[in-house]
Amino acid sequence: MMIFVLTICRISNVLLCNVTDRVSFWFVVTDSSKNVTTVPGSEVEAAIRMNRNRINSAFLLSDKTLQFLKITSTLSPPVEPSTPVWLIVFGVVLCLIVAGIVFLIFSGIQKKNKESTETENLEEKVEVTLENGIPCEALDLKPGHINGVFAADDERFTSL
Amino acid sequence: MSKDLSATPEISKEDDRPKWDNKFQYILSCIGFAVGLGNVWRFPYLCQIHGGGAFLIPYFIALLFEGIPLLHLELALGQCLRKGSIGAWNTISPYLGGVGVGTWVVSVLVSLYYNTVLTWVMWYLINSFQEPLPWSACPLNENRTGFNEECYESTAVNYFWYRKTLNITPDIAESGTLQWWLILCLAACWAIVYLCTIRGIETTGKAIYVTAIFPYLVLTIFLIQGLTLPGATDGLIYLFTPNLNTLKNPRVWLDAATQIFFSLSLAFGGLIAFASYNPSKNDCEKDAVTVAIVNSMTSLYASIPVFSVLGFKATTAYWDCLDRNIISIINEFDLPEESIMRQNYTTWISFLNSSYPEKIAGLKLKSCDLQEFLDQSVSGTGLAFIVFTQAIILMPGSQAWAILFFIMLFSLGLSSMFGNIEGVFTPLLELRIIPKSIPKELLSGIICLISFLIALCFTLGSGSYWIDIFDRYAGTVPLLVIAFFEVIGVVYIYKIKRFSKDVEWMTGRKLNLYWQITWRFISPLLLLIVFLAFVTLQMQKPPSYPAWNPKYVCSHIFSELPIKARIIYFSPLSDP
Repeated sequence: MMIFVLTICRISNVLLCNVTDRVSFWFVVTDSSKNVTTVPGSEVEAAIRMNRNRINSAFLLSDKTLQFLKITSTLSPPVEPSTPVWLIVFGVVLCLIVAGIVFLIFSGIQKKNKESTETENLEEKVEVTLENGIPCEALDLKPGHINGVFAADDERFTSL
Repeated sequence: MSKDLSATPEISKEDDRPKWDNKFQYILSCIGFAVGLGNVWRFPYLCQIHGGGAFLIPYFIALLFEGIPLLHLELALGQCLRKGSIGAWNTISPYLGGVGVGTWVVSVLVSLYYNTVLTWVMWYLINSFQEPLPWSACPLNENRTGFNEECYESTAVNYFWYRKTLNITPDIAESGTLQWWLILCLAACWAIVYLCTIRGIETTGKAIYVTAIFPYLVLTIFLIQGLTLPGATDGLIYLFTPNLNTLKNPRVWLDAATQIFFSLSLAFGGLIAFASYNPSKNDCEKDAVTVAIVNSMTSLYASIPVFSVLGFKATTAYWDCLDRNIISIINEFDLPEESIMRQNYTTWISFLNSSYPEKIAGLKLKSCDLQEFLDQSVSGTGLAFIVFTQAIILMPGSQAWAILFFIMLFSLGLSSMFGNIEGVFTPLLELRIIPKSIPKELLSGIICLISFLIALCFTLGSGSYWIDIFDRYAGTVPLLVIAFFEVIGVVYIYKIKRFSKDVEWMTGRKLNLYWQITWRFISPLLLLIVFLAFVTLQMQKPPSYPAWNPKYVCSHIFSELPIKARIIYFSPLSDP
């Protein structure tokens, strides 16, 4: 390949013909070392394939704008990161969801615990009031006694 | 009896029955339930194929005589009886308990497959965060000399949908394997549904503020963007140009009636459940009219950006077609660059055809017709995942548009899922087969877990064919039957006089003539006609489903299965 790079350096080795309005042309490459014989097409093709980038940048064109008929460009593979992007996004989304669910469940459990402790406190207070001082039940349960001393006094007063 | 139902038992029930935080939450939940994916991808398609603006006539007639009366009936029923669907129908008459069970089963079936559609939306959403978008270019084949063959024969967006997302099998009989990426997304979707419905309406009521309002914001953004795109006006003119001749086709009237019916999410039991959490003295009449009108207006509003974008896509495809032809002509005749432009293409073509007809014929130019591109009508998943994604690639800043679009679809679907899940959840709570000690969080968790496990079958290679079947047979005819029995049950078994008194007690005004006539005669009759027409049309052709078969040797990849195939993109996924 090096040989061809040397010979193509001279513009006089590239002969154009059939130039049209379309800016398209046919060209052959001569080999000055071999006395004006043309370089075989397959070798020119191979050279162009190897140096496509340099040829494109020389004309400030790209593969799409500078076409060599019958020479297809090899396509570059799309860039793929090591972990697919969607897995990362998915991981973030899932973490948020799980955090939300855990938060809601815990807040629900906390609310239930608070409610049950509140009802327990109320019941305890009710018992304490009963035991304050003399238990009221004790008083209620005893039947009343009639005190004979006071009952007899009724006779001293004259009836009206 | 009606007064007893409404008056005394409430006072004790009001304490432990959950309530909406405010009226706005309730209305928003009903609107969110009604407004779903079908408003975006079914209504514009129907408008397009049934003569544009002319379709609005049967649509609004159906809304007036079928949609609004049935909606009012369901909301009033739920509010009056203050029970979910099963309890409510058992109260109406023990012989009608089956109607309640029917709606419950439909809600279960629809929840299963609807969340899988949301899985696909979520998959596209999380894939939208890369640059370039994965559906914009074909992957290369093994030796990197060209593109992947399946992708090359169709398009990159088709390949991403059928191969990278669904990994579809050529036939429903071949189940294929479980697609692990879809299982992950399905798990995430059910986790989101669980998160939002964990305590019934206490949590959905908060979530609905976001999921019901956000789509309107995005639709507005797309509206503004869509109208600035080239070719948008072509799309809109095409959509709205009325062609009154289509009204002679009874199929148009049938489609309008079914679209209104499915769009309002009637006969799912979800609306009854929502209304049962209302205070009794609530104006359900005004609510029904509001929800129905907002739903229809949303459909119209959504069709504008959809058709602007479709017009833009058709125009770009048309220009691409022209450009390809121009390049071949210029190459062939060696004309100077930019001698043939899109504007003078037709004059050049006619000149060249007359002077060198053999050369032109040899080029095999494709005929480029804008109308043809606009005519490619698509509805359902095809619209969202194939056509729209293609259009998004062409827009500048495509990543942002893709993310917005798929979040909007996700919110639309999620708010409808709330209604479905509520239709499942509320009757279970009242059925008393579940002991009171089980907290609500556990019950909703069990429902979501069981649904996730059953829905795993939709992540198989043949999953999308199964969803097609579910959508066509679980979400259509049963609803018509149930709704018919709902109307008959309330009007003739519970007796409309009793019901009128209930409604009067709730709203504070007498039922006017419109409701009396529609409930008694027009709606049941219309439902019966729609049901019979629907069944007749289904019976006329043998059942078939469109399939994707990469091995089918043809210029198109869509194969015809032993039974006829239809347009590949058509999917009746209407609402919710």
